Amino acid sequence: MIFFSLLLLSMILISLSMGYIHIPVKDIFLILYGKSGLDPDILNSVNQTWPAVMFDVRLPRILTAAAVGGALAISGSLFQGILLNPLADPYTLGVSAGAAFGASIAILLNLSAAYVSVPLFAFIGACATLIAVIFLSYSSKNTIAGLSSTNLILSGIIVGAILSAGISFFKFIANEQVAVIIFWLMGSFASKTWLDFLVVTIFLSGGFLISIFYARDLNLISLGAKSASSLGVDLKKTFVILLVTGSLLAAVCVSVSGIIGFVGLLVPHMVRLMTGPDNRKLIPLSMLAGALLLLFADTITRAVLPYEIPIGILTALTGGPLFCWIFKKNRFK
Amino acid sequence: MQLKLNNISFAYENTMVIKNVNCFFEQGFFYSIIGPNGSGKTTLLDLISGFLRLSAGEITINNKNILSFAKKELSKKISIVSQDYSINFPFRVEEVVMMGRHPYIARFSHPDANDIQKVESALAACEIKHLRKRKINELSGGEKQRCVFARALCQDTPILLLDEAFSSMDINHTLQILRILKQSIKDKNKMIITVFHDLNLASSWADKLLVLKKGEIKAFGNSQKILSEQIIKAVFNVNAIVEYNELIESKQVYYPTN
Repeated sequence: MIFFSLLLLSMILISLSMGYIHIPVKDIFLILYGKSGLDPDILNSVNQTWPAVMFDVRLPRILTAAAVGGALAISGSLFQGILLNPLADPYTLGVSAGAAFGASIAILLNLSAAYVSVPLFAFIGACATLIAVIFLSYSSKNTIAGLSSTNLILSGIIVGAILSAGISFFKFIANEQVAVIIFWLMGSFASKTWLDFLVVTIFLSGGFLISIFYARDLNLISLGAKSASSLGVDLKKTFVILLVTGSLLAAVCVSVSGIIGFVGLLVPHMVRLMTGPDNRKLIPLSMLAGALLLLFADTITRAVLPYEIPIGILTALTGGPLFCWIFKKNRFK
Repeated sequence: MQLKLNNISFAYENTMVIKNVNCFFEQGFFYSIIGPNGSGKTTLLDLISGFLRLSAGEITINNKNILSFAKKELSKKISIVSQDYSINFPFRVEEVVMMGRHPYIARFSHPDANDIQKVESALAACEIKHLRKRKINELSGGEKQRCVFARALCQDTPILLLDEAFSSMDINHTLQILRILKQSIKDKNKMIITVFHDLNLASSWADKLLVLKKGEIKAFGNSQKILSEQIIKAVFNVNAIVEYNELIESKQVYYPTN
């Protein structure tokens, strides 16, 4: 855990120094020291544009990417744990389709002039989808059977399919805005602000605390509903709380940065190979690993590649084959 | 400790699965529920463990409704080994057994010496010490069942419910678990309620039999009195020969082939 935290910290530093303007790591420390107010004069010794590049451009983007990566990874671990399905990911319940649907409406109605509306619509779309999916699978007679993983996944697929058709329809009637919709869907951290970081961090902190609190119950749920219940787990409560937590994390991520695939699916898998399935270790480590991975991918697309390609493409293109390899290797072990 | 079922009924959607069942169980006895498929055996155990909610009637422990117990409190009184013993993630055997101590370990704290000692003795009793570091989903069905049983043993509750907990075990391990159960009744005055399909094992190990058909009690009482050719015909619709075997001092059932 300490190792991963240190790795993440150094990744943030490296990422800060990389880019169109190279800032040496030594000067990053100087600027940080100067900005902390202890010795403001030190800022005069470095290039005058660097503090602005660091604090107004790179740092919000870097921290947002890391926070989104962490949130997606926690969300993925939660979904895999609740749905008892190692192939579940944050988008299994159609949250991504809901967010995309909401965002498409906002773009289509040209609400983007009022800065906040696209993410806001995306978030509302994601939440509405979650409510629809839970409503579809919920049965007041037999709550536990109703919220079974099969029911939830099926409901998610149905709602997701309807919404995807809706998005296609929007693209069809969107004329010149179709490019905006498509670009939004592919995900990006370009021009993220401190506000984005703040919003994601609030959700991430809350989600992390809740998941850690219920981590042990999540372990017991993997014994099967009856055994977990006889060991004192309040199934209904735990189920709903974790489901909502995982979905809100996914929703806020999609709203801020578009649909970024494979982090939520892949990271919990890889971490599980190291820590074993105990959620008390899996969740915090997944968060750090997710942050690390997404920041790495974002740094590549921002600072290494000649053109910035949407990060959703990069994670799927690199994560996909990696996942295939892990999947194949584990099945025949 | 007394477990009482007061006129309980349960329905899935519109089909009644348990109809007006009345009976009571005491500590220090080995009970076995027998009956054909779909007679409500598993449902009855699920109702007692609090997993399913009654449609009517009440279940009490020492005259206190089980619904009035907090979930944690109930989990220190009743443990269950369910029919479904599949575990979805690759936990190690010792981790699974330690989960039986969950009701006694506060959130965020670690197992104490007593918890560890309980796990060790359960591992030893079920002869799975050599499997402790293995991943549970790599074990055979019978081995998994022994692990799940060890977990319930660790939970150390006065009432232990077993739903076909021996279905995948070989005869050697089945007998061994049954001996553990008998011993725990003697030493710790436990109440054991099992669901059996093997009438001969039920007859020779259980003190009392509860015969269930279509959600209703057909007979309840001393195993040796209850088991007869008539009741087997009435409940299972098969012809059987029931004989008292002096060597094992219990009735045994034989099935003619013609």
